[in-house]
Amino acid sequence: MKRRTLLASAAALSAMSLALPALAQEEPLKVGFIYVGPVGDGGWTYQHDQGRQAVEAEFGDRVETTFIESVPEGADAERAITQLALAGNKLIFTTSFGFMDATINVAQKFPDVKFEHATGYKRADNVATYDARFYEGRAVMGTIAGRMTESNKIGYIGSFPIPEVIQGINSSYIHAKKVNPDVEMKVVWAYSWFDPAKEADAASALIAEGVDVILQHTDSTAPLAKAQEAGAIGFGQASDMAAFKPSPRVSAIIDNWAPYYIERVGAVLDGTWESKATWAGIGDGEVEIGEITEAVPAEVKAEAEALKEKIASGEYHPFTGPLNKADGSAWLAEGQTATDEELAGMNFFVEGITATIPQ
Amino acid sequence: MMRLVPRTETSLPWQIATPILAVLATMITGGALFAIMGYDPVAAIRTIFWDPLFGPAAGYSRPQLLVKAAPLILIASGLAIGFRAGIWNIGAEGQYIIGGITGAAVALAVYPAEGMWIFPAMVFAGALGGWAWGMIPAMLRNWFGASEILVSLMLVYVAQKVAAWMAFGPMRNPEGFGMPGSRNLTQYPSAANPELIDGTGAHWGVVAAAIAVLATWFLFSRHIRGFHIRTAGLAPRAARFAGVKPEALVAFCLGLSGALAGMAGLFEVAGPAGQITDSLGSGYGFTAIIVAFLGRLHPLGILLAGLLLALTYIGGELAQLTLQLPAATVQVFQGMLLFFLLGFDLLTRFRVERRVLA
Amino acid sequence: MIDPISVFLLLLAAATPILFAALGELVVERAGVLNLGVEGMMITGALAGFAAAHATGNPFIGFAVAALAGASVAMLFAILTQFLLANQVASGLALTLFGLGLAALFGKPLEGIKAPPMPIGPLRINWIVWLGLLMVPLIWWFLNRSRAGLILRGVGENHDAADALGYNVRRVRIAAIAFGGAMAGIGGAFISISIVLQWTEGMTAGAGWIALAIVVFSNWTALGVLAGAWLFGGVTVLQLRLQAAGVSVPVQLLSMAPYLATIIVLVLISARQKFSHRAGGAAPGSLGQNFHVLR
Repeated sequence: MKRRTLLASAAALSAMSLALPALAQEEPLKVGFIYVGPVGDGGWTYQHDQGRQAVEAEFGDRVETTFIESVPEGADAERAITQLALAGNKLIFTTSFGFMDATINVAQKFPDVKFEHATGYKRADNVATYDARFYEGRAVMGTIAGRMTESNKIGYIGSFPIPEVIQGINSSYIHAKKVNPDVEMKVVWAYSWFDPAKEADAASALIAEGVDVILQHTDSTAPLAKAQEAGAIGFGQASDMAAFKPSPRVSAIIDNWAPYYIERVGAVLDGTWESKATWAGIGDGEVEIGEITEAVPAEVKAEAEALKEKIASGEYHPFTGPLNKADGSAWLAEGQTATDEELAGMNFFVEGITATIPQ
Repeated sequence: MMRLVPRTETSLPWQIATPILAVLATMITGGALFAIMGYDPVAAIRTIFWDPLFGPAAGYSRPQLLVKAAPLILIASGLAIGFRAGIWNIGAEGQYIIGGITGAAVALAVYPAEGMWIFPAMVFAGALGGWAWGMIPAMLRNWFGASEILVSLMLVYVAQKVAAWMAFGPMRNPEGFGMPGSRNLTQYPSAANPELIDGTGAHWGVVAAAIAVLATWFLFSRHIRGFHIRTAGLAPRAARFAGVKPEALVAFCLGLSGALAGMAGLFEVAGPAGQITDSLGSGYGFTAIIVAFLGRLHPLGILLAGLLLALTYIGGELAQLTLQLPAATVQVFQGMLLFFLLGFDLLTRFRVERRVLA
Repeated sequence: MIDPISVFLLLLAAATPILFAALGELVVERAGVLNLGVEGMMITGALAGFAAAHATGNPFIGFAVAALAGASVAMLFAILTQFLLANQVASGLALTLFGLGLAALFGKPLEGIKAPPMPIGPLRINWIVWLGLLMVPLIWWFLNRSRAGLILRGVGENHDAADALGYNVRRVRIAAIAFGGAMAGIGGAFISISIVLQWTEGMTAGAGWIALAIVVFSNWTALGVLAGAWLFGGVTVLQLRLQAAGVSVPVQLLSMAPYLATIIVLVLISARQKFSHRAGGAAPGSLGQNFHVLR
């Protein structure tokens, strides 16, 4: 009974806001966020929360944001998202791939609420998706790595063998190879997004294999700590990891969700929001390159920044042919660039990487 | 001087009073914690304990209590049977995971066939998987005298690795763009475990939990097996004289609790969770151990304890949502609640007496 | 080719957190107490140790504070199980939940800060790694050669008999639980101070659970714990090392192996005891049971 009145009044409210947009604007727009980790993870979730804070700073009293952190993927996610919708949030960001089906399910029940799901591929009229072209940033990291390595061996700590990570490995390798034809890439899968002890072991294993530049697609600073011990270098991942400046952290790939979050909240405020798939990169400010420190020679820094500019302006695509797959088969012809569909399902290494993808 | 004197019969008034006292003590210390953290303690406690039941969105959260509590109650009912007999299955988490996997395997093997038989077959396969995983420690104890506490715990880790292997390998959704995780079973009508009546939250797992509570109550109060179990737990030697075969009892208790945990896993995978992922084991199997003890190993107690824990989970989310209480604070609060509930339990089993010097 | 010495050196550091935690739990279990709260005590140590190291600039003070903090939260478990006679399994699980929450709560201001540098010990091996290795013979000596160790084992094997002989079962167990907490605390602090050099929520990532498995694998001996820590740590190090060398390995199957090995070891030891009727060996007789004086 109570539920029915609640839903009825919610319906009445939304009808009113449709009829009287001016009046509705006096009420702040409620924006909700669901995080898979704690805001203090210093990585993935931390960066999403930075984006949320940027929304508050940008719109002030016109918005009211809330979040629920450490929501496990699976059964609990659907409930947490529903709670946000019931609490009157009109725009909800669900910030992990594993929230995909839960987001779609809740969206069906709340047609007047808008949803934004990070890194997924399922959309609906009120569900948009967004992701970042991390591989663009990896191209810049790869360039620095290729120039900086003295042993000609660079290492990559992968989290899981999924397309996003494979894109990053390929992109790093292609651009390291471009500036240093002798470079070799060693890959280690940690099977975790965050497990400091294991990430440290992974970094040690790479170092023992002769690697002196480590790229990581896992969220803890443990690989940087190991790199420091061994005199190797590495890069910040997801967040800046500035505590390890100027070396071993010589640069960083930063997820900056603020521009996108501000754009989408703005779109809801002025009534122009519509469902779409956004895959933004360096050019839109969504993938940021953290300060390149003085540990990197000026000419290498200049080269890396030039590449960043070319990618940002759209003049250059990191996956431009000629490129072959690791099995020797042809992939991209001279001058041809990879399509987004190909990248979204990427499950192969490019020619030259001798490591194998599990399964 | 104070001293503890064991009660000959566990005291019924104290059995009712101690959980209430424990919750009150948690509210006081937890309230103090919230106040120190700079949150309104009254609002926080009302949000956690009251709002999920009677708050503005209670129409949604009340059914969710059932969804959250059902697997806990189902698993804890099975565990309590063994615990009463002194047989310690602490590996329900593993049996839950394996049950989820074997149950889902049936659906994934026959996809996209439709048929009335599919869901019952999944439930059976889930129970069978959990039973088999539970029978490993049972057999190792019966044959070699290996501790079932430790073997069942070790098998949790193995089960977690099996889940990761399945999510990345054999059960990976072929249409999932290379992402880990199986097909979503809730989108496969014959395999789904949906809400049976709209707005109640009740899926087949809730029904199974209700049956489990009734069945364990019947077992303990009416059935000869229940008598054997209680005797074996209280006086193992006497039980032997009464004709209880210890080996059979070990197999019965571990097999049954494994089967119930396996069923709980399947109901979750086919319903609220929807798919096999590497994080399939969400801790229900461990939390259920706490639920069994909070419920004093009694079916009715387990029912209430399961609902109470579900309440703090959902209330905790609401407190994050409405008061921006960090998840960690909620976790500390839940830890306190468990400490108090476990600690105050003493009063049901012992009397505190002032020692008179003779 | 993979150089075995380099793998071994990696292993020494990688096994240190679980070695400390497992040695502590070994003493606890030898006293007849099963504390499943290792993960909660480790994370508490990881936070408190990091905070103290950061505040004083001295990592060694950090480790000392971590030991104290680990022992303090272990006291919650001791009060519950030794005075209030609550079930040990449930109390241990509650301790893990509580510890993870508590550390996350108090850790907020320390996020993003780097730990002070740690002086390198002899042979370029961390001092705490040395301490962990030293604890193995010390605990072996304590359990097998000292009078206090004999009493502790007696309490764990048969608490009624120990009580009849006039030993204070509760006091022995509380001391063991405190020691277990202190060791888990140091193990956790090794992760935050020496491996990651930062504090992050949930950073122990299940190490406490591995420590519990190691104690079973060890057959409740100090040397067995060392072997177990090296086996469990070694499998991780080796599979990562093989991956780095370009060998493709079935990661999940390989990481299952130590747990299966633990079960096999447990079964073999139990079977030997059962069929040859020899005393000693497998799990302490009173493991997991509470003791109450009925006088």
